[in-house]
Amino acid sequence: MNRFLSFVKKEFQHIFRDRKTLLILFGMPVAQLLIFGYVITNDFRNIGIAVMDQARDQKSELLVNRIFSSGYFLNRGQVYNIDEISSKFKSGKVKAVLVIEPSFTNNLIGKGEARVQILTDASDPNLASTIVGYLSGIIYKFQMDDVPFSEARGIIAETRMVYNENLEGAFMFVPGTIALILMLISALLTSISVTREKEVGTMEVLLVSPLKPALIIAGKVTPYVFLAFANGIVILLLSYFVFGVPVEGSLILLLLALLLYITLSLSIGIFFSTLASTQQVAMFLSLFALMLPTVLLSGFIYPIENMPWPLQWLSLILPPRWFIVILKDIMLKGNGIAYIWDEGLILIGMTVFFIAISIKKFKIRLES
Amino acid sequence: MESDRIIIEVKDLVKKFGWFVANDQLCFNVYQGEVFGFLGANGAGKTTAIRILCGLSKPTSGRVIVAGFDAFSQPEKIKKVIGYMSQRFSLYDDLTVYENIRLFGGIYGLTRSEIKKRSEELLNRLEIPDLRDRLIGSIPLGWKQKLAFSIAVLHKPKIVFLDEPTGGVDPITRRQFWELIYEASKQGITIFVTTHYMDEAEYCDRICILAEGKVKALGKPDQLKKTFNAETIDDVFYQIAREDKQT
Repeated sequence: MNRFLSFVKKEFQHIFRDRKTLLILFGMPVAQLLIFGYVITNDFRNIGIAVMDQARDQKSELLVNRIFSSGYFLNRGQVYNIDEISSKFKSGKVKAVLVIEPSFTNNLIGKGEARVQILTDASDPNLASTIVGYLSGIIYKFQMDDVPFSEARGIIAETRMVYNENLEGAFMFVPGTIALILMLISALLTSISVTREKEVGTMEVLLVSPLKPALIIAGKVTPYVFLAFANGIVILLLSYFVFGVPVEGSLILLLLALLLYITLSLSIGIFFSTLASTQQVAMFLSLFALMLPTVLLSGFIYPIENMPWPLQWLSLILPPRWFIVILKDIMLKGNGIAYIWDEGLILIGMTVFFIAISIKKFKIRLES
Repeated sequence: MESDRIIIEVKDLVKKFGWFVANDQLCFNVYQGEVFGFLGANGAGKTTAIRILCGLSKPTSGRVIVAGFDAFSQPEKIKKVIGYMSQRFSLYDDLTVYENIRLFGGIYGLTRSEIKKRSEELLNRLEIPDLRDRLIGSIPLGWKQKLAFSIAVLHKPKIVFLDEPTGGVDPITRRQFWELIYEASKQGITIFVTTHYMDEAEYCDRICILAEGKVKALGKPDQLKKTFNAETIDDVFYQIAREDKQT
């Protein structure tokens, strides 16, 4: 035990003496969260849309006013016939066109049902679906506030932003950012710290010492469990106080899930360090094998449902994909363990897998 | 110096990596307290043999006993009674001299008071008590090597393995380094050293020259010079290397 403690102490000394790493460790999460939170939320402002108002009556003009006074959309002018729409999209300035049917007010009040059509430029599918969500939200609200007679059907809003009634973009980004940052920090820093010892030559000395390989790995990982956990809490506090993201479900369950995910990320870091022999290779592995797929494929930015099926299959092996689901369930929906046990089991399975092959690889290295 | 007590016994040691034979029927003994030089060109099988002797790698076949323990079945016991210093750095640059001593003392299971006592002795012997709290990275290379050696023998191992310990060091420091080696050897610690410098080979009590995974020469430096009718160990080494190419 004494041997192990001397070793862990040394690991902490490495971390606290390396100011740059420490800065990355605590600066990066804060910066990333703020960047993602603000840029992506603020990004959904001033989206150019055009209106093809065929009714030009009282209610239709009120609706158009509502849309442009929301702050999300910029008026890019009127469209008078259908053929104009595609040229509007091609200009790139118009991301969506709202088509309102003739005699909108009459239909709405008379028949109790009126039709609008939202056409979006789906070359950016994510933005398109967000626009549909925002517009539907506004139309729905317009109907509630300004169309007292439409009790039954009114304007039928096809989409709605479930679990995010206030249309807050940051809510969606916080789970993704937590998953991304914890994965990166845990995996990147442990793999770098192990490969650094290989590069400098101290790993040999450790292996010749009576410290067992499993203890060397455990000693390497221990400080990062604490640091990554502290980091996770910093991100949660920041998202609560800066973006007002709630934690609807059990806090303890959330922290347990955090711990599980950190352990998994660390075991991936150890696995990478058995593959890489230099710090650079470890870094590239972490960036290309973890960061890119996490950003692109885990559902963090681009919805998984919109991907071609080979990529959907690929996303199944990404730990963040499952962790994001858990986070959203606990934080935004307030779900308990009954809803997330299957994702939890998948993460546990992945952890066991990575630890097992790391130990195996480590042994092979020792014996050859 | 040469007692009859064998501390490392190697008989018919074979190590294969697939079809490649790294160590081919090695046979040699190392006696307690001697300075045993292990020479050979790169790729001669030195490193493979050292890894086996240190318990890092298992032999394919043969008998290997280190300090009374079998390299096949008891590598963990071997690790406790040996010290090791490699050609590359064995100390941590971002820790101070004392922190390095404390770390390795701790890893080898010394108690806190033992570590304190021995580190004081060590710093006084090297005449550097004022470097105690300096980062290793900030002290000159020569001192680092001497410190690395002193830390490798801090837990008073029976054998210390030195893998090209004096690489990149100036002649004066090498000389001082060898004084440390002799001092440790006088205390009964067996020294197993590999080197590229042939003048250093002359400092050893006995040497073993390896080529193509086989033992080509084994004995006291003077004996070997006589056998090969050579002026220096350097000449002996070249004769062996030449033979190698002819076959």
